[in-house]
Amino acid sequence: MIELRNLSRHYGATRVLDGVSLTLEPGRFTALLGPSGCGKSTLLRLVAGLDRPSTGQILFDGRDVAQESPSERNVAMVFQAYALYPHLTVAQNIALPLAMRRLGRLGRSPLGALSPAVRRTRATLARDVRAVAELLEIVPLLARKPAQLSGGQQQRVALARALVRDPSVFLLDEPLSNLDARLRIQMRAELVALHRRTGHTFLYVTHDQAEAMAMAERIAVMLDGRIAQVGSPRALYERPATCDVAGFIGAHPINLIPGPPEGGLPPALASGQPAPERPLVVGLRPEHLTPAADGPVQGRLDRVAFQGDVQVLGLRLEADGTPLRATAPPDWPAPDAGSAVRLGYRPEHLHLFDAAHGTRIANPGEESSCA
Amino acid sequence: MRAPRLLSFALLLIGAAVVLLPFYWMVSLSFKAPDEIFTPTLDLWPNALRWQNYAAALSRTNLLLYLWNGTVVCAGILVFQLLFAVPCAYALAQRRFRGRTLVFGLILAGLLVPFHVTAIPLFLGLARFGLIDTYAALIVPFIASVFGMFLFRQAFAVMPAALFDAARVDGLSEFQIVWRIAFPLALPAATAFGIFSVVAHWNDLFWPLIATTSPDLATPPRGILYFRDRESGDDVGPLMAAAVLVVAPMVVGFLMAQRAFIRGIAAGGLKG
Repeated sequence: MIELRNLSRHYGATRVLDGVSLTLEPGRFTALLGPSGCGKSTLLRLVAGLDRPSTGQILFDGRDVAQESPSERNVAMVFQAYALYPHLTVAQNIALPLAMRRLGRLGRSPLGALSPAVRRTRATLARDVRAVAELLEIVPLLARKPAQLSGGQQQRVALARALVRDPSVFLLDEPLSNLDARLRIQMRAELVALHRRTGHTFLYVTHDQAEAMAMAERIAVMLDGRIAQVGSPRALYERPATCDVAGFIGAHPINLIPGPPEGGLPPALASGQPAPERPLVVGLRPEHLTPAADGPVQGRLDRVAFQGDVQVLGLRLEADGTPLRATAPPDWPAPDAGSAVRLGYRPEHLHLFDAAHGTRIANPGEESSCA
Repeated sequence: MRAPRLLSFALLLIGAAVVLLPFYWMVSLSFKAPDEIFTPTLDLWPNALRWQNYAAALSRTNLLLYLWNGTVVCAGILVFQLLFAVPCAYALAQRRFRGRTLVFGLILAGLLVPFHVTAIPLFLGLARFGLIDTYAALIVPFIASVFGMFLFRQAFAVMPAALFDAARVDGLSEFQIVWRIAFPLALPAATAFGIFSVVAHWNDLFWPLIATTSPDLATPPRGILYFRDRESGDDVGPLMAAAVLVVAPMVVGFLMAQRAFIRGIAAGGLKG
């Protein structure tokens, strides 16, 4: 188990991490999700041991590892640009971490071949390299140099190099961001399968919420150097803790509509349900706002984007012109731009946030419980 | 399209001829007999390939010893230069420490100081340690090369930092990163630096003249000097043969290094 306790990191006056606490349970796939510049890569480097926290503790199974090097912590890491050694073959790239761990200075030198013990170690090493290469289906590439590989193949080699030893934690820094869209979707599934097969603790950094939602068992959303919310993909989607988290999660950006200053729901949305009498911001996801003949929301259609499985509608509220996103099934007969459209939603899909702090207010329709 | 190409070819050929003519003349003279050298007409090509001049060059002076001395001095200088410059450049390019900018500034300033300025203090220092007229006197003044530090620093600075982070995660120490990862990737820079260093010190006459007096320690250029002054007088043929023998290792070495240089660039193809 890996525990981060109140970690802060600043460079001069710039505070990159501000009191981050997070627990990584063994064998779980945790995603660290946040926009670029939120400090998620810095946090990953702290866990890896490539950087030291300004304050706070990092515990691996209860042991404070603050002063330990990455190899003493036995972390494995996959980098965004793969960081394969260009002058070594794929097999040498994968074998290097094992060789550093298992062979002494003499064993790594050409003279090592004279010692039977070293020869035995080298043979098991070659076997381990081959086993991990088979796992990732890169056996035919073992003799090549990284420059002769495609992006997807380099990605697999980087994974193999990280997996070949038995790491305490497997750190991935946006490993899919350099792949094309189709390969990315494929590698998502492979990474999840790899996680299941190896049972290692994964910490996966990404700025892509779809990636985090699709792969992770737990997501920690990071905003401005703080952890904004930790939870399952479903919990983040259904019960975002703040406006900002709600804005970050979801394939279609959520509608955030301010209510009237005296409190209650915005009149244009309201369909008579009760609401707290204090200033609110109301969140309503486009996928929950759909055309309905008798719906309470009156909008005027700006544009329709057909996406195959769904049509995304851009509208303005009839009452005050507030822009709004909604969705319709693909077979919905879209009227011309400028037409009036009535939309409906289910009250339990409304997210209520405090207008001043952006924190979630329990919807009258749900159990009030603060996690 | 065709005419500018022809023009640039013509200019290149003229340039090459201007550069190569003295070398050609040296080789040509080294094969000529004395009466053939001093003729009123200009014969570009020797009448016959005569090896006597080479035999004379090798027998009348200790040319092989001078070539050996040059090899020892150049190899010693290059090995120590790499040993110091490469880790220093790595630290400057990829490590963060207090005073880094200042140290790099000092190195840049060091690039501006001509060697001749430091010659007298160096001579006095070596004299104090009793090292004058030894191999050490020819090697030690050059082992810290600011040019090498600068060149390698520039090469290391453009390498992705993630590569070195990956090596740290894989369990390499900083020195292992320098020699196992950074240096092999900087092979093109190392080749270029090697050419600069070896050519400069092989051809250096100034410092060997100051630091050594013993003929046994003469480097090739100083050897040629002996050759001309004492032994063979105005015997141009053997002198040219000696010059050919002195220059040949540099030319051969450069041509070989040039191939490695291009291979190094092709193999070290880093993305980004």
